Amino acid sequence: MLSRTANNIYWLSRYMERAENLARILEVADRMSKMPNLEGEGHYSEWRSAMIISGCEPLFEESGLPADAVAIVDFIARSEENPSSIYCCIQAARENGRAVRTKLTTEMWETLNDTWLGLEQRWNDAKRRGEIRAFLDWVKERSTLFRGTLYGTMLRDEAYYFSRLGTFLERADNTARILDVKYHVLLPEGEDVGGGVDHYQWMTVLRAVSALRSYHYLYRENPKPWKIAELLVLRREMPRSLISCMGEIVANLEGLAEQYGGRSPSHRLAGKMFSELKFTSAEEVFQGGLHEFLTKFISRNNRLGEDITRDYMFTG
Amino acid sequence: MTEPAFFDEMTLADGAVRPAYKELSDWLTSTPAEQFRLKRREADILFRRLGITFAVYGEGGDPERLIPFDVIPRVLSALEWAYMQKGLEQRVRTLNAFIWDIYHDQEILKAGVVPEALILKNSSYLPEMQGVDPPGGIYSHISGIDMVRVGENDFYVLEDNCRTPSGVSYMLENREVMMRLFPALFSQHRVAPVDEYGDYLVQTLRECAPRHVEGEATVAILTPGIFNSAYFEHSFLADQMGVELVEGQDLFVEGESVFMRTTQGPKQVDVIYRRIDDAFIDPLTFNPESALGVPGLMNVYRAGRITLANGVGAGIADDKAVYTYVPAMVKFYLGEEPILKNVPTYRCADQDSLAYVLDNLAELVVKEVHGSGGYGMLVGPKASQAEREAYAARIKADPSDFIAQPTLALSTCPTHVEEGVAPRHVDFRPFVLSSGASIRMVKGGLTRVALKSGSLVVNSSQGGGTKDTWVLEE
Repeated sequence: MLSRTANNIYWLSRYMERAENLARILEVADRMSKMPNLEGEGHYSEWRSAMIISGCEPLFEESGLPADAVAIVDFIARSEENPSSIYCCIQAARENGRAVRTKLTTEMWETLNDTWLGLEQRWNDAKRRGEIRAFLDWVKERSTLFRGTLYGTMLRDEAYYFSRLGTFLERADNTARILDVKYHVLLPEGEDVGGGVDHYQWMTVLRAVSALRSYHYLYRENPKPWKIAELLVLRREMPRSLISCMGEIVANLEGLAEQYGGRSPSHRLAGKMFSELKFTSAEEVFQGGLHEFLTKFISRNNRLGEDITRDYMFTG
Repeated sequence: MTEPAFFDEMTLADGAVRPAYKELSDWLTSTPAEQFRLKRREADILFRRLGITFAVYGEGGDPERLIPFDVIPRVLSALEWAYMQKGLEQRVRTLNAFIWDIYHDQEILKAGVVPEALILKNSSYLPEMQGVDPPGGIYSHISGIDMVRVGENDFYVLEDNCRTPSGVSYMLENREVMMRLFPALFSQHRVAPVDEYGDYLVQTLRECAPRHVEGEATVAILTPGIFNSAYFEHSFLADQMGVELVEGQDLFVEGESVFMRTTQGPKQVDVIYRRIDDAFIDPLTFNPESALGVPGLMNVYRAGRITLANGVGAGIADDKAVYTYVPAMVKFYLGEEPILKNVPTYRCADQDSLAYVLDNLAELVVKEVHGSGGYGMLVGPKASQAEREAYAARIKADPSDFIAQPTLALSTCPTHVEEGVAPRHVDFRPFVLSSGASIRMVKGGLTRVALKSGSLVVNSSQGGGTKDTWVLEE
C-alpha cells in the first residue's frame, strides 16, 4: 500500500474520531451551562475547560472574540479559523478520504461525503432553532455511522489496521485530556464527591465518554473520582478507557505485523504502554499523581503516533 | 434560409418510431413530465453522494460541479453497434500503426501519403521518441474516437483522441445511476452491459507490460492529484481495476526501474496508466517546472523498462490536420477500405482550401488543429459578423493552425429539458482498448448532449450534458 495512502487513511479516522470527541466535549459543557445553581464564574469555566481539552484556548484568545458561550461554541464547532473545529475536522477527514477513495468502500465514502455535504445545513438549522445539541448529536451519529460502516464493510487488511490505529490513538488522547482537565478537583481516595456542582461535574466526565450507565453497573455506588479515573484508565471493559485503546492499538499493530511478516519499532512502545497499564493498580496511579500520570501518557501516546507514522509512512 | 432537417434517432420525419426506440418511445409517452423532474433530482443526489463531480477551480462558485445528466437514454441497435465496432477497430489499429511508423522508419512520409512538414514540424511530434520501442508496439492503449451521426446510415468520425481521452467513468456511472433510477426499463430492453470495462482495461495494460516482467505486472494510475478536473475518474478507474492511484511524489526512479513508496518500502511498478500530459511527465526531459511528474521516468521508458499508457508522443495522431489523412492511412497500413468516414475537412494550410474557408466562414465550423474541449473554435452559422471577422484574422495569421468542416446536421435524441422532452443534438465517444495482442471494447460509450435548443456544442465545459448509451443485444 502506498505510504501516502496509509497516511491519509490514518488521518481520516483520526479526524472523524476527533470531530466526535469535540461534539462530546461541547455537549458536556452545554449541559453544565444549563445548571441552575452555578454561580459567578461557573458558567465560563465550563466553556473554558472545553477549550482547554480541545487544545484551542490560545488560538481563541488570539482571535479576540468575546469569551462567551456563543462565541466559544462557534469557535469549537464551526470556525474555519480553528483547525481543530468540528467543521475543519470533518473537512479534513473528507479531503483525506477523497485522496484515497479507492481504498474506501462505497458505503464508507458515501457516509463521509454525505456528512460533509450535510454539515453546513445541519449547523445552520441548529443555530436558527437554538438547538446546538441537535447538531452535536448529529455529529456523533455521523461519526458512529462512519465507524460502523468501516467496521462492517472494510477488508481486514493494512488499510483497515491503519484506520483503526488512527481511531484509537485519537480516542486515547481524548479520554486522557478529559480526565486531566478535571484532575484539579479530584478528591482524596475514598471520599464522596462534594457538593452538587462537583457531583455534576464528575457525572459529566462520565457522560462525555458515554460511561455513566457503565459506571453504575460496574461500581454500583455513587461516582467517586478515583473510581471514575480507574474506570477510564484501567478497566478493559470500558471501550474508551486508555487500556482499551492501547489494547486495540496493539492488536492492530499485530495485524500489520502478520500481514507484513515482521514488526516495527513502534510495536515495542505500544506493547510497553499496554502492559504497564495492565499491571498498574489505581493506587499506584494516584500515588504518583493522576495529573503526572496523564501528562506522561499523553506525551507517550503522541510519540507512538509519530513512531507509527515514521515506521510505515516514511514521512519523518 | 430554411431550418435544416435533423435526423432524430427516435422519430423519423414521417412520424414513425425507429425500431430500437419502440419501448422507449412508449415509456416516454406514458411517463408524466413530473416523473422526469423527480428522477433527475434523484440522479443529482446520487451523483453528489457518489462524489461524481468534475472540478472547476478558480472560477468561483462550487468547485465540485456535476455534469448535467439526462435521464433519457440513447439507444443504438445491435446492427449499428456491430458496424461501428468493426470500423473503430480498424481505425485504432491504423492509428497505432501510424504512430509507430512516425517514430521509426516514417514509411508513410517517404511514400508521400502524409506530407513530411505536417509531421516533422508539428509541435505534437516528439523527436525524443524517435526510435523508442514502447512495449507491445502500442502507443494509444486507450483511444476515444468521437463520432457523430447525421442520418440512418451516416456516421462520421469527428476526431481521434489518442493521448488521454477522458469520460469513461461517466459512461460507467451513468449506467449505474440509470439502473438505480429505472430498473423496470432495463427489464424491457436487452441492454448490453458495460461494467467489464475495468477488467478489460487492466488486462490490456498487463498485456503491454515490458518484456522483462515475469508473472503479473504491477499497474498503477498516475494522477496529477485531487485538484485535477478528472480526479474522480482517475480514482474511479483505479478502484475498478484494483490498482494503486499514485501521484508523482509517490514514484521515484532508481537504476533502471520505477518504484512506488509503500508502507513496506519501495515496490517496483511495471505499467503506468498516466493521466498527465507528455509535457509534465518527467521534469528532466520535458517541462522542468513540472512537480507532477517523475524525474528520470523517460530514461526508464526509453530503455523499455516501464510501459506508459498512453505512450509518449501519441498526440501526433490527435492533430486535426493529421486526422484528414486517416482514411489514406487505413489503405496504406492495412490495405483495406476505411469503414468509418471522416468529415470532409479543409486544411487551411492549402491555398485553395484557405480561400474557400475564408469565403464561406458563415457555413463552416473552424477549429485549431491542436485544440480540444470545444475551446477556440468558431461555429460559423452561430457566430456574429464581428466574431467571424476576428476569427478570419486569426486564420490568416497562421493558416496551418486551422482546419474547417461543414456544419454537420448532428442527429438528435429525446432529452428532458425545462420545457419537457425535446430533441437535442448528441455526439458519441466510444472507448477502444488496444494491446499488441487484442482490441477490446465494451458495448457502449459516452453520449454527450447539447442541452441548449439548437446548440451543436456538446462539451461539458460549454454547457453540455451526458446520457447513458444503450446498445441493444440481438
